[in-house]
Amino acid sequence: MADLHTVNKSPFEKNSLETAIRYSMAGSSILLLEDGVYGATKGTAMEGMVKDAMGDKKVYALRSDLMARAIKEDRVIDGVEIVDYAGFVDLVEANDKVQAWL
Amino acid sequence: MSDVKKFMYLNRRAPYGTIYAWESLEVILIGAAFDQEVSLMCMDDGVYQLVKGSDTSQSDMKNFMPTYRTLGDYGVRHMYVDKASLEARGLTQDDLIEVAWEDFETEEEVDNIVEIVDADQVAKLMAESEVVFS
Repeated sequence: MADLHTVNKSPFEKNSLETAIRYSMAGSSILLLEDGVYGATKGTAMEGMVKDAMGDKKVYALRSDLMARAIKEDRVIDGVEIVDYAGFVDLVEANDKVQAWL
Repeated sequence: MSDVKKFMYLNRRAPYGTIYAWESLEVILIGAAFDQEVSLMCMDDGVYQLVKGSDTSQSDMKNFMPTYRTLGDYGVRHMYVDKASLEARGLTQDDLIEVAWEDFETEEEVDNIVEIVDADQVAKLMAESEVVFS
């Protein structure tokens, strides 16, 4: 049993990602979308937090939002899986429920 | 020309997730019509507004990044970027757009008015401005 947690806020401006990571169960999936995708970038002050989360959770980032924000694939943290809208739907379907961290 | 004021636009939000960046850009373009001394300060997530390479082809959003490149033509004389904000986001000057500026009367030219400044300079530049819009 696992849930999908969606985060759409920049981790530099809001603590949504930090809280989602703290209060989600091992085995959960975290999907970064909209301004949330900034959390998927390498070399930032948030990289360590995201990498730690990936120890027992799976992190995804939405491709179209990465593209709009000029985050190229080689700037995405290794291990973060990039998904398109169809992949988003698959994640929703594969998990018990979706919890949105606004 | 004694009524020329030093205006600073302070941008602290990322470009697409909210409407703030877009609205700020509109205000800058409108304000440009009034011949004031205008500068832009990007800090916090506002530094993302100047990152080059945005592609909104899969997002159903207008890519308004090219407009930033024209700000020099609209009389914006300085585009400052806070160094600490840039570093916290793993970015360098190489990731940012370049914006040229030219004074059409004196033909004075500057290749790139995007300038990285440290915290002391940020505070000083804001203090020296007569009006700060955010």
